Amino acid sequence: MRHLLSTKDLSRDEAVHVLDVTEDMAATQLREVKKLPTLRGKTVVNLFFEDSTRTRISFEAAAKRLSADVISFAAKGSSVSKGESLQDTAQTLEAIGADVIVLRHPASGAPAVLAESGWIAASVLNAGDGTHEHPTQALLDAFTLRRRIHGDGSRGRGLDGVRVLVVGDILHSRVARSNLWLLTTLGAEVTLVGPPTLMPFGIGDWPATVSYDLDAAIAEVRPDAIMMLRVQRERMSDAFFPSAREYSTLWGLSATRFAALPETCVVMHPGPMNRGFEIASVAADSPRSTVLEQVTAGVSTRMAALYLTATGAGA
Amino acid sequence: MTDPQRNAPQHFVLAGATLSDGRTLDIRIDGGIVAELGSRLDPRGATRVDAVGLIALPGLVDLHTHLREPGGEGAETVRTGSQAAAVGGFTAVNAMANTSPVADTASVVEQVLALGDAAGYATVRPIGAVSKGLAGEHLADIGAMARSRARVRVFSDDGMCVSDPLLMRRALEYIKTFDGVLAQHAQDPRLTEGAQLNEGAVSAELGLAGWPAVAEEAIIARDVLLAQHTGARLHVCHISTAGSVEVLRWAKSRGIRVTAEVTPHHLLLTDRLAEGYDARYKVNPPLRTDSDVAAVRAGLADGTIDIVATDHAPHSADSKHCEWSAAANGMVGLESALSVVHETMVETGLLDWAGVERVLSVTPARIGDVRGHGEPIAEGSAPEITLYDPAARHEFGTSDLAGKSRNSPYLGRSLPGRVIATFHHGYATVLDGRLVELESGAVRG
Repeated sequence: MRHLLSTKDLSRDEAVHVLDVTEDMAATQLREVKKLPTLRGKTVVNLFFEDSTRTRISFEAAAKRLSADVISFAAKGSSVSKGESLQDTAQTLEAIGADVIVLRHPASGAPAVLAESGWIAASVLNAGDGTHEHPTQALLDAFTLRRRIHGDGSRGRGLDGVRVLVVGDILHSRVARSNLWLLTTLGAEVTLVGPPTLMPFGIGDWPATVSYDLDAAIAEVRPDAIMMLRVQRERMSDAFFPSAREYSTLWGLSATRFAALPETCVVMHPGPMNRGFEIASVAADSPRSTVLEQVTAGVSTRMAALYLTATGAGA
Repeated sequence: MTDPQRNAPQHFVLAGATLSDGRTLDIRIDGGIVAELGSRLDPRGATRVDAVGLIALPGLVDLHTHLREPGGEGAETVRTGSQAAAVGGFTAVNAMANTSPVADTASVVEQVLALGDAAGYATVRPIGAVSKGLAGEHLADIGAMARSRARVRVFSDDGMCVSDPLLMRRALEYIKTFDGVLAQHAQDPRLTEGAQLNEGAVSAELGLAGWPAVAEEAIIARDVLLAQHTGARLHVCHISTAGSVEVLRWAKSRGIRVTAEVTPHHLLLTDRLAEGYDARYKVNPPLRTDSDVAAVRAGLADGTIDIVATDHAPHSADSKHCEWSAAANGMVGLESALSVVHETMVETGLLDWAGVERVLSVTPARIGDVRGHGEPIAEGSAPEITLYDPAARHEFGTSDLAGKSRNSPYLGRSLPGRVIATFHHGYATVLDGRLVELESGAVRG
């Protein structure tokens, strides 16, 4: 694939292929020597217009394990006017010799604009754009979930019939959007749960059930996985809900709710977690939590994404 | 007035033109008036223009144009903007007040007036700001602008909503004294903080902050009640939602003095076009849905919406070729307006050419009190005429644009019709489909 901009435009076959390549990458990470020569001589630029230490180091680790040269560029706070900054910065980085630009940007659609602009020939890999998408996060989530459900028999398989609750700030969450598209493409059944003020307007056509009541959703759906989203602190001051306590009471994964989940239900969180707010420690630290597996899967997933875009390998 | 020495009225016979009422005849422009209508008029002493198959309309009048001068000359000037107007068949434009400095004093509106006269491509009527600096706090120099040489009659903070109900009330009362009109940009600021695109299925998927229809409709509902209370004239800019049409219909049924405009782009385009994040489709109010498009077309057809106004908003390439949320709002529209109305209203059978004449010339001239414009073509009428070829359909391209900016949403789209000639003050500003190069006059004052 040339770019990875969203999960919305991935077909089922493409998505399964990326997950299978991720399996290959994950297998190499069990070896004593983790480094592969695959992208030797290629240059990967991490262009981050928004702080995200976790995503950046995950991409950095992935690129290094593939022997690519890595340049990390934090453009946040750059004084150049916004539009010029993206064009000029991207062109500058390409002039330096970038083959893949990993872009994190606060504006929804910035990776699509960069990919379609004609400004650069490099591949563009969306590392999170505004409130639009975060495709590698969804891919690593799907990879983690597929592993938990199908184990060593994961290759070639989707997530057919798997029931997933996605809980929290859907409105502002690129993770929720990318997961919704990818999970449903893979055959999963998604229920979105959160306060009505944090649910996007106009999602009647989305392939998901919407619920405002987490207890009812847990009881009715009997989920195979529950994905808790991080709630940004500024949502509280913007009056999206009356108080942190009320949010936590109604939509947090408390110890009681954790106990009410089916015994096989996996607990997921993209991190970083607000412990005691959207997720109780008893849930976050339980054996059913995949939080650290997700971090590990992140490196393999990004290795797969870098490999597929940098080499233009067919999906 | 244009310097008569420079762009003197000329003599034309427009042979075989079809008027909006369907009559086909020759039109003689002579001595600064339409001198004669008839068949087989003697073209001697005049330039004969073959108008067979062409529709002759009174020069189009735009109530909502951004000419960007002073302050935004990189995107447009009064001269280039009025050239774009001429190419689109317009003979008069009303220049919005959101320039830099803002047109909130007599000196700025007189400057814009003078620049328009000097350019000579169209009558440029300055619109005055409602509030100082468009800040929505204190009234601008409304009386001084009304009494200035520019004789301002339309007042608007366009780009910003007069959201404070008390300021809105006072402005209406003040403007009423000389029968001016307040043109409101209806947008509740709190409901649209950070808004990027119509709030709906597309904004949800693209992760762009939504601009809900209710933010427009709530302001219009409030304003028509204030207009009723004060007895003043209200004009609502760029109606974009089905609900706004309903509110207007109700207001008009109550006899409230309200008029409204719709832009060509809201008659044709929808928010689906934003799916590739191409900021050419970013505009305020945003492109809406198919059902909104159907409602504004129906509202324009039945007279609930009075006119079409372009909201011609030129922007430099830099401010459009970037991330959606960083891009400027607005599209150029003067050069394409008549074709878009043709496609959306005439080809659909919703309006005939008499209707087009009404919504693009007669009524906007009346609302804005633009004298010498919007007169149906008759013996003795003002020599402001547009000749339009309805048969030609072509792919709209940058060569169709005459202004300084290229931010048209129609580039690469097939549109019907073409303006063949425009006559303003009795001389041609466009002939054979091409802009006539006029000498620039000295700016007075």
